[in-house]
Amino acid sequence: MVTLNQPTVIQPPAPAGPCLDAAELGVRGVNERLRQLPPGSAVTVTSPGGRHNLAVALAAELAVTIDGPAGYYAGGLGQLATVTVHGPAGWGAGENLMSGEVRVRGDASQSAAASAHGGLVVVEGNASLRAGISLKGATLAVAGDAGAFCGFLAQAGTILIGGNAGEALGDSLYEAVIYVAGTIRSLGADAQVEELSAADVATVRDLVRRTGFRHIDPENVTRVGSARQLYHFSGQHHAAY
Amino acid sequence: MPPTDPAPLPLNHTFPPEVVADIQQRAGLGRYQIRGMGARRALPTFDDLLLLTASASRYPLEGYREHCATRTVLGARHAAEPVVLDIPVTIAGMSFGALSAAAKEALGRAASEVGTSTTTGDGGMTAEERAASKTLVYQCLPSRYGFNPDDLRAADAVEIVLGQGAKPGGGGMLLGQKVGPRVAGMRTLPEGVDQRSASRHPDWTGPDDLRIKIEELREATGWRIPIYVKMGATRVGHDVRLAVAAGADVVVVDGMQGGTAATQDMFIEHTGIPTLAAVRLAAEALADLGPAGEVQLIVSGGIRTGADVAKALALGADAVSLGVAPLIALGCNAPSYPGTDGAPVDVTGEYAAMGTAPGYCAGCHTGRCPVGIATQDDRLAGRLDAGLGAEQVANYLRSLVMETAMLARACGKSDVHRLEPEDLVALTVEAAAMARVPLAGTSWIPGWPS
Repeated sequence: MVTLNQPTVIQPPAPAGPCLDAAELGVRGVNERLRQLPPGSAVTVTSPGGRHNLAVALAAELAVTIDGPAGYYAGGLGQLATVTVHGPAGWGAGENLMSGEVRVRGDASQSAAASAHGGLVVVEGNASLRAGISLKGATLAVAGDAGAFCGFLAQAGTILIGGNAGEALGDSLYEAVIYVAGTIRSLGADAQVEELSAADVATVRDLVRRTGFRHIDPENVTRVGSARQLYHFSGQHHAAY
Repeated sequence: MPPTDPAPLPLNHTFPPEVVADIQQRAGLGRYQIRGMGARRALPTFDDLLLLTASASRYPLEGYREHCATRTVLGARHAAEPVVLDIPVTIAGMSFGALSAAAKEALGRAASEVGTSTTTGDGGMTAEERAASKTLVYQCLPSRYGFNPDDLRAADAVEIVLGQGAKPGGGGMLLGQKVGPRVAGMRTLPEGVDQRSASRHPDWTGPDDLRIKIEELREATGWRIPIYVKMGATRVGHDVRLAVAAGADVVVVDGMQGGTAATQDMFIEHTGIPTLAAVRLAAEALADLGPAGEVQLIVSGGIRTGADVAKALALGADAVSLGVAPLIALGCNAPSYPGTDGAPVDVTGEYAAMGTAPGYCAGCHTGRCPVGIATQDDRLAGRLDAGLGAEQVANYLRSLVMETAMLARACGKSDVHRLEPEDLVALTVEAAAMARVPLAGTSWIPGWPS
């Protein structure tokens, strides 16, 4: 995927706290130790090596840095914690997030923030297919481009795309709202471009502040929402899909 | 000459009256038929099998005196705390939304009373259900409605749902009349929307991904509770093998007689395979894979009696799961509900207004359930007494277990789990081929070398 708008992001401070070596402890060992940490702890997971399920289902205010590529579901099912992946992440980064933050300092594979109910999922690179699928109230911010079917069946929450959106953006969207700074390849079924309000601009401005995506002009994004024409079952809609 | 009867009208076997009526209904509605319950068509079932109880070559246990074990352990493959049940009969996943909160509570109370598990459904876990259920299986469905880590950690097992027998390959459906404020809130949907659930999980595809998903749920629950994988019965042998390879502790196979609260009639009647065929395919797949008993098999879809349970266990199931039958025990399809004074209140007129009658109703999708089970209408839901309903369901489940144990004893088994294919014969060639047991009076298993 080509990023037309190279994101400009704020670099976070260097990782702090003790280290957990994923190569030595394995995923189970890392996660067990993370759950034993008292709230307020900061820790770095070293040698992640693309392992799946790192830092999943954390339920405390922790700052977890994954120092390298992560596999599937990094930071998934999380509550309160902040999980930062210093590298790319596999499928479902921050899936089913309830609160807290998952930040990927690279590209994210498919289904980033899938079904996330709350909190913030930040992708500092590009996001592959179906980012924000079934979103249920969380916020997903992608600095670069988002692949096809971004926001598919998204029920609630906000998606911000700093680059371009692929095909079928917002297909079968419910009440979630999508903002796109770049171009939109095509809209999905029942998705429509809507007027940008002052409240929308304020929302995007706040997101730019929280994500560090300074390349996004809050007043120059496209708002996509649901036309709500497919909420009720009808045989007349068959051709819409 | 006396008058003769008029000649019978010629029947068109391609377009009989019911097909004519169906086409004309579609023409009027502009869409296909949606309904509840499971397959109506006549299918090969467990009724097509017979048990070979004891005689000279086997001796029976004393039917009323000797103990016959029914304890059932599920999910010991990887879980630190497997599910331990008193009986091999469980209650299947049915959603709050499809069912009223009182119905879910009643099922939980009944299951707890008889020492078995019940299961959540599409839409999440209610507090009433958790409180009422000693052992509660938490479903992880494609929609992920209401799915959250707190409820996950509160569950006694997780069931990843790939599909169900009534609609394998299809997603759930809850029409707008049942998407009231509480249901909508739990599912994060607008009130009144015709909810059509996803048929594919949002964050994985294929068995390799499923392995990772299972690992995620294990990590989230500290490897404490079992992970079930539920599937609608289609390519059962392949699907069971893949689920086990992905790490499932328990495989749940739902045959095409399995029920639903709302699905397209075509889906219900024309997809999947009968439970009778599925159970043997699943059991053989598990037997091929590894040590006996490492992964348990739960079979569902049209189980009604202790004979069904015994035959399913004999064919290789470790437990069965019931959905429609407990609802019937709760009062589904009854002509009346108990009034506040205990006297029955007749509701046959309400069935008639829905175009049906007690004993025939499949109108779960309408939300107009006259007995307050499959509804979100407070007025209708108030007709169900959760306490009385729980007692009825518990009575029914006990009767199944007593029948199952009675048949097992008669086969000479001191544990219902020791029933085996050798205890069965088939009444029809079709059933013999599907269950892979001999046709009664012969040693012939169609399709198998002699």
